[in-house]
Amino acid sequence: MDIPRYWRLRNQRYRLEGSRCKECGSICFPPRFLCPHCKSAEMEPYELKGRGKIYSYTIIHQAPDIFDKNVPYTVALIDLEEGARITAQLTDIDPDDVSIGMPVEMVIRKIYEDGENGPIQYGYKFRPILFTDAGS
Amino acid sequence: MNRIMKPLKPVGIIGYGAYVPAYRLSAKEISRVWRNGQDRNYLPIKQKSVPGPDEDTITMSIEASKNALLRAEIDADRIRAVWVGSESHPYTVKPSGTVLAQVLGIYPDTVAGDLEFACKAGTEAMQAAIGFVGSGMAEYALALGTDTAQGRPGDALEYTAAAGGAAFILGPAEQAAAVLEGSYSFVTDTPDFFRRAYQHYPEHGNRFTGDLAYFLHIRSAVNTLMEELNLQPNDFDAVVFHQPNVKFPRKKAEDLGFTTDQLKDGLLVDYVGNTYAGSSVLGFTAVLDKARPGDRILLASFGSGAGSDAFSFVIHDKITEIQSKAPQTMQYVRREKQIDYASYARWRKKIRMQ
Repeated sequence: MDIPRYWRLRNQRYRLEGSRCKECGSICFPPRFLCPHCKSAEMEPYELKGRGKIYSYTIIHQAPDIFDKNVPYTVALIDLEEGARITAQLTDIDPDDVSIGMPVEMVIRKIYEDGENGPIQYGYKFRPILFTDAGS
Repeated sequence: MNRIMKPLKPVGIIGYGAYVPAYRLSAKEISRVWRNGQDRNYLPIKQKSVPGPDEDTITMSIEASKNALLRAEIDADRIRAVWVGSESHPYTVKPSGTVLAQVLGIYPDTVAGDLEFACKAGTEAMQAAIGFVGSGMAEYALALGTDTAQGRPGDALEYTAAAGGAAFILGPAEQAAAVLEGSYSFVTDTPDFFRRAYQHYPEHGNRFTGDLAYFLHIRSAVNTLMEELNLQPNDFDAVVFHQPNVKFPRKKAEDLGFTTDQLKDGLLVDYVGNTYAGSSVLGFTAVLDKARPGDRILLASFGSGAGSDAFSFVIHDKITEIQSKAPQTMQYVRREKQIDYASYARWRKKIRMQ
C-alpha cells in the first residue's frame, strides 16, 4: 500500500494544484520549490483549470501490472492553457480517435485499485472536451 | 401532528448538476445473451447506462457536483455538508463524501457522510441538507444521489441496473432557483429488495416489489404532501417519480391523476436505465433544465426497504440564469456509445477470475 504518497499528492491529483512563481509568473505542474525559469524561491500554490491540447501521445500495449487490464490505453502530453505541460492517461476515447492538437479537459477518475483490500487511487485523466455548447 | 415538513428558514436549490456515463447496453443485447432474444417484446426499457472501467460513485458524484457548483456560483468552501446517497459506495468503510470534499475544495470546514436507502438515498440526502440549511447550521449543503447499480447476471434487474446521478446545492430561498414549499417522507419496514453484507448482488421480492412497495409508498407520500399543501395534480407543471422501468412511473402518474405531459420531461429510464439513488433526482434535473419561473414541480422518490420522499418546489426567476451555466442533463443522456455484453461483463467485473 502506498498510502503516504497517495495522501501527500492528493491536491495535485484531485485539483491539479501546481505552483506559480511570484517573481516571473511562470506556472509549474507538479509544483516546485524553485522557479525553473528565474530561480526564484517565491512560489505559491496555483490551481490549474484543467483544459488544454494534446501535444503528443502514445498507445500503451505493454502496461505495468496495475494497468494490465486496461490495455490498450493512451497516455498523452498535454499543454495546459496556463502554460504547463502535463502527462496523463486519456479516458472515454478509443486510442484510434486521438489526434495531436485535440482539445481536452480534466476529469477525476479511478486510476487504480491497490489490490482487493487497499485504497482506491483517484486522480486526473483527460478526455476530449465534452460539450463545447454547454447548456444549449 | 403536523405531517408536512418545512424548515424554519425557507430553503431552495441554488445549483444542480447531472452526470450519466457515456456507455449504453441495450436490453436486446442482454436478452440475446440470457434469453436467446425470446423476451424482446417484453423488455422493460430500451437501454441502460454503463459506467466506464475507471468510473464509480465517487467519480460520477464529482462531475455532477462540479456542474452544480458551476450553476450555484459560490465558493465551494462555503458548503458545510457533503452527503452522498448511494447503494454503491466504493468503500464499505471510508466515506465517499471525504473524497468529494477534498476534490471540490469544500474541506476541511464541513461534515461529510454517506447515506444508504436503496433508490431513495439521494432524496434522503436532500432532506438532510434542507434541515441543515433551514435550521441555520449551514449556509449551503451539498446533497447527491448517485449509483453504479449492481445487477446479477441473468436476473430481471440486470436489464435496468444502470449508472448516473445528480447533485444539488441547497441554500437560502432568496438565492434559489427552486424554492421548497414542503416535503413529506413515508417509511415502513418492507423487505421488497435488499443486499446482505459481503454479497455482490441484491435480492428482490419479485411481485412483492410492486403494489406493497413502489405503489403504496409513493402514493402515500404524494397524497399526503398534496393534501397538506392543499394542492391538486393539475397545480403541478411537471412531476418526477422514481423510475425502475417505464411502466411503473407511467402507471403511478395515471393512478394519482397526473398526465403523460406532466411526466414526460423527467422520464429518462428508457434511455439510461434505473440509476437507483440517482433515478428520480436525475429526472428532476432534466425538468429543471426546462423549467420556467412560476412552475411548480413534484418530486417523489422510492427506496426499497421501503420509503418515499415527496417534495414540492416552486421555480423562481434565477432558473433562467443558471440553466445554461453547466451541461444539461439531456446532453449527457444523448452522449451514447453502445457496448456489447462482453465489454460490460469485463468492465463491471461480472467475470470472477479467482
